Amino acid sequence: MPDGASALQLVFGGDPGLYRIVALSLYVSVAAVLLAALVALPFGAFLALVKFPGRTFVVVVINAFMGLPPVVVGLAVYLLLSRSGPLGFLGILFTPHAMIVAQALLVIPIIAALTRQTIEDLWTEYREELTALRVSPARRVGTLIWDARFSLVTTLLAGFGRAAAEVGTVMIVGGNIEGFTRTMTTAIALETSKGDLPLAMGLGLVLVTIVIGVNAIAWGARRVGELRAG
Amino acid sequence: MMRAPITDLPLAFENASLRIGSVDILAGLNLEIPAGAPTILLGPNGSGKSTLLRLAMNLVRPTAGRITWGRRNHPDERLAMVFQRPVMLRRTAAANVAYALGRRDERRVTELLDRVGLSPLAARPARRLSGGEQQRLALARALARDPEILFLDEPTASLDPAATKAVEDIIANVAASGVKIVMATHELGQARRLAGDIVFLARGRLVERAVAATFFNAPKTAEAAAFLRGDLVI
Repeated sequence: MPDGASALQLVFGGDPGLYRIVALSLYVSVAAVLLAALVALPFGAFLALVKFPGRTFVVVVINAFMGLPPVVVGLAVYLLLSRSGPLGFLGILFTPHAMIVAQALLVIPIIAALTRQTIEDLWTEYREELTALRVSPARRVGTLIWDARFSLVTTLLAGFGRAAAEVGTVMIVGGNIEGFTRTMTTAIALETSKGDLPLAMGLGLVLVTIVIGVNAIAWGARRVGELRAG
Repeated sequence: MMRAPITDLPLAFENASLRIGSVDILAGLNLEIPAGAPTILLGPNGSGKSTLLRLAMNLVRPTAGRITWGRRNHPDERLAMVFQRPVMLRRTAAANVAYALGRRDERRVTELLDRVGLSPLAARPARRLSGGEQQRLALARALARDPEILFLDEPTASLDPAATKAVEDIIANVAASGVKIVMATHELGQARRLAGDIVFLARGRLVERAVAATFFNAPKTAEAAAFLRGDLVI
C-alpha cells in the first residue's frame, strides 16, 4: 500500500506545510469551541432554569439547530461578512477569524442544547436543596454549571468534534487559501479531488489522531477531577 | 430604645391545605409551633409530614389557608432544612459547608465540622462520605445558616444504629443550644428520645397534638393508640 506508506512518511517527516495546516485547524476549532462555550453554557443554563413564554419553542429550535447544515451557516456568515454585507466593514472574510465565527455558530446549538439538558436534570436533583439554602438565582447558575462540569466536558468535546470535522462552512468563509486558511478538512477535500492521496491520507490520519488524543486527555482530566471532587 | 429581634416563632398554620390535582396532601391544618423543646411530626408514610415541613420552610405555598412565621406572612432567612436524602455538592466536605456559609471563613467552617464530628474528613469529597457522614454534613451545612428553626425530614431514615445515634446526639445538642427543632419521623423510639411535643398526622390531617409524655402514655385518639401499638394506620 504505497499511499499509506507515503502518508506516514509525510506525517512523521516533519513537513512544515502539513504542520501549519494542523496548527491552523486546531487553532480555529479550539477558538470556535471556546467562543461558542462563552455564549452557549450560560444560555443553556438560562434555558434550563428560567421559564418564559415561548421557551419550549426556543428549546425545540436549539435542538433542531444541532443538525444545522454547515453550508447554510457558511452561506449566512459569508453574506454577513462579505463587503456589501452588514458586517463587511470588519474585513475578516477569507481569514481564520471568519472561520472561527462560522464554526462557533455551528457549535453553539450543540453546546447550548446539551447544556440545557444537563443543567435541567441536575436542577431537578438540586432544586430543593439550593432553595432551602436560599441560594440566589445567579449563584444557582454558577453552582449548577460547576457541579455539572464533568458532564459539560463531554458537551464541549461534542462541540469540538463537530468543529474539527467541519468542511463546508470553512471552505465558504475561509476560501481554503494555502498557508492562510487551509485546514485539515479542506485540504483533505482538495487533495483528494486533485488525486494526491498520500497527503489526504496523512492529513486524515493526523485529524483522527488529534480527535482521539483530545478526547483521551479530556477523559483523563474528567476521571482525575471526579476522583478528587466526588 | 432597643428593638426586639425578628423571630419566626411561633410558626402557625391557619386552616392550611395543599391540594395537588384532586388529592389533598394536607387538609385544613391548624397548628401552632412555639419556641422550646423539639416538636416531632409523627405518622405513617404518606401522612403529610414532609409536606408540612416544606410548607413551613416556605418551599411550597399552601393552596388554601395561610402560614405565618412570628405572626408575619413571610419568614426571616433563619430557617434551615435537612432532607431525608440530602444532595451533596460536588466538592469537599469543607467546601460544602463554606458554600452554605456564603463566605470565606475557614474558622467557622472548622467549627461547624467539629460540631458534627467531621473535621478529620474536611478534605474528602462530600459524595464519597458514608450515608451517616453525609447526613452530619447536611446538618453542618444547615447550621451554617445560623437557624432559629431547623427542619429535619426523617434524617436517620436509612442509617444504621451507630450513625443514627451520632445524628441524634447532634440534634439533641443543637436543640439544647436554643435552636427550635421540627423533625419528621415515623420511628417511635426516636420520637420518644427526642420529642418535647408530638404532632401526630394521618392521611394529611392533624390527628393529635400533645406533650410527648402524654402522647405516649395516654393517647387521646384511636388512630394514635393504634400507631403506638404498632398497628398499621392506613
